[in-house]
Amino acid sequence: MTGDHQVPALLLFGAFVAVTLAITTWVSRHRQGSAEEFYAGGRLFSPMENGFALAGDYMSAASFLGISGLIALVGYDGMLYSVGFLVAWLVVLFLVAELVRNCGRFTLADVVAARMRERPVRIAAGTSSVTVSVLYLVAQMVGAGSLVALLLGGTGEAARAWTVVGVGVLMVIYVSLGGMRATTWIQIVKAVLLLGGTVALTVLVLLRFHGDFNRLLLTAAERSGHGEAFLAPGLAYGADWTARFDFISLGLALVLGTAGLPHILSRFYTVPTARAARRSVVWAIGLIGGFYLMTIVLGFGAAALVGPDAVRASNASGNTAVPLLALDLGGGAGSTGGTVLFAIVAAVAFATILAVVAGITLASSASVAHDLYASLRRRRGKPRSEVAVARVAAVGVGLLAIGLGLLARDLNVAFLVGLAFAVAASANLPVLLYSLFWRGFTTRGAVWAVYGGLIPAVVLVLLSPVVSGSPASLFPGADFQLFPLQNPGLVSIPLGFLAGWLGTLTSPEVPDEARHAETEVRSLTGAGAV
Amino acid sequence: MQRSNSGDVRYDDPWYDALASGWGESVGPAEAEAPPPARRADGADVYLEVQRSAAFQEVRGRYRRFVGPAVLAFLAWYVAYVVTATTAPGLMARPVAGAVNLGMLAGLGQFLTTFLLTWAYVRHARLRRDRAALELRWDAQERARGRGGAA
Repeated sequence: MTGDHQVPALLLFGAFVAVTLAITTWVSRHRQGSAEEFYAGGRLFSPMENGFALAGDYMSAASFLGISGLIALVGYDGMLYSVGFLVAWLVVLFLVAELVRNCGRFTLADVVAARMRERPVRIAAGTSSVTVSVLYLVAQMVGAGSLVALLLGGTGEAARAWTVVGVGVLMVIYVSLGGMRATTWIQIVKAVLLLGGTVALTVLVLLRFHGDFNRLLLTAAERSGHGEAFLAPGLAYGADWTARFDFISLGLALVLGTAGLPHILSRFYTVPTARAARRSVVWAIGLIGGFYLMTIVLGFGAAALVGPDAVRASNASGNTAVPLLALDLGGGAGSTGGTVLFAIVAAVAFATILAVVAGITLASSASVAHDLYASLRRRRGKPRSEVAVARVAAVGVGLLAIGLGLLARDLNVAFLVGLAFAVAASANLPVLLYSLFWRGFTTRGAVWAVYGGLIPAVVLVLLSPVVSGSPASLFPGADFQLFPLQNPGLVSIPLGFLAGWLGTLTSPEVPDEARHAETEVRSLTGAGAV
Repeated sequence: MQRSNSGDVRYDDPWYDALASGWGESVGPAEAEAPPPARRADGADVYLEVQRSAAFQEVRGRYRRFVGPAVLAFLAWYVAYVVTATTAPGLMARPVAGAVNLGMLAGLGQFLTTFLLTWAYVRHARLRRDRAALELRWDAQERARGRGGAA
């Protein structure tokens, strides 16, 4: 099934790369090289533009390929991802978006450091932001690899590696040349393409069943071989208590992680005010909600039309269910319709991966340059030099993500994203909420909150069945698995909150009343916001 | 200075705020990069004053009285959904209409409540908080201005 649909897909994808590179060059022609410009795109995007960009940043290949694939394989249990990914936006809307826009300038650490001794807090928050970003990047790279393996069939081992490298190189070009302005426009283009592709496929699936959602579900259940059980929870996570706790852990990580994702937080700085940030989140919730509802249809559609066995045969973790579904909807392998539709879906998925990767790389290079580099140096340099550091950091992060992406290529993309969310929820969310809402929070509390969430989360992943001890692990040969759950959230998120609380209680430092007042007044009114 | 205008301004227009936050001064990159320390020291008193003012306490109260219960409610509903799905799959598998079972409805219900809460929050913020918060913003910036001089 290679050859005939390979060429149109590569052509379409080439067109996307050309368009985005053109955007990048055009945008960077007007750039002034200031930090404001590089990290925040000049802060003059409209709520609708930023809402599309937020949706573009968030609707990753993990959602498009991973969630639909999981639903195609395990039915209802895959839906948890869709629900969790959307509900998470209420945390962002209620507790984070406006307040962060009002208090910070470029990164998460800005918000925390405003109240605390700057250096230790910046180093801690910068470290955890970079960790989260790299984990998230690996997930996107793996998605790109699976897609190419499907396109090129069984012969694609080398091609797969080269794709990961190519994606990495492209994103470094986008980010280091175009900064936030180019990245935002790429997200907008990609969000429109992705939503368009998803709507088209959803309509085709529903047309195939004459608009009868009930028949779609029944066919999926029948084809899956599990019958009614396919439509109820329990296939993936119902086997024993370990699996059940894994499910709950994942659910917590999804809902609490979004508000701690650095590339989402940095988006709020691209609009002029808190009110604009709020309205962009509303746009994002509308777009993302619609999108996740459609991934459910696509997942069950792939189960009904392609069948879980064919999906599994193509990619063991289901990442290729949607492209296969497109091939079938267009008329099957070998038909013109199937070839075209497959090419479109593959190109859209590629575009998705590239755009998300660019967004995350930008956020992590901001953390490296604005938080880590600026704190570890003796004196702060001029803004110009900080941007130069950010460009170099983008290259470094890109190389790291390429290396890890090559290593982790056989894991399910949605699952990898679940890990990134767990780390974000454990390390970034506690410190952010404490600094916004807790009067008595101190520097030690902030530092402990970050490391108290980050270290357990990372260590538990290393000791989990993901890394060793089972045939599906990253290192199937070794066995140092001590922690039973795949997702660490259930343990590490409470630990992050607990560590922040303990650090504050044991701290000799008296919380600075005036700086708390400043944070509180600024966060709720926007006084003094940049 | 421009405060008298604030009554007839369209509050949902972000571009208006873009101008307001600049106060007619050019916010150059260098200034934005490192606010002068003098502003911070004087600003601190101002923020304490504003924080203690009745108007601010009212805005904060309104925000917290909405967000607190809302966060508890949707987190409880979400956790209940996830825990029920894992510990009582039998209950979730109970058919409702055709192939649609209770679990399916609960999942779609999560989507629905998310959209409803988003709408309620935005409405609450627009009607009950935005105007007062903007007044306070002017107030704080004006006080800081009066005290700190140029910055």
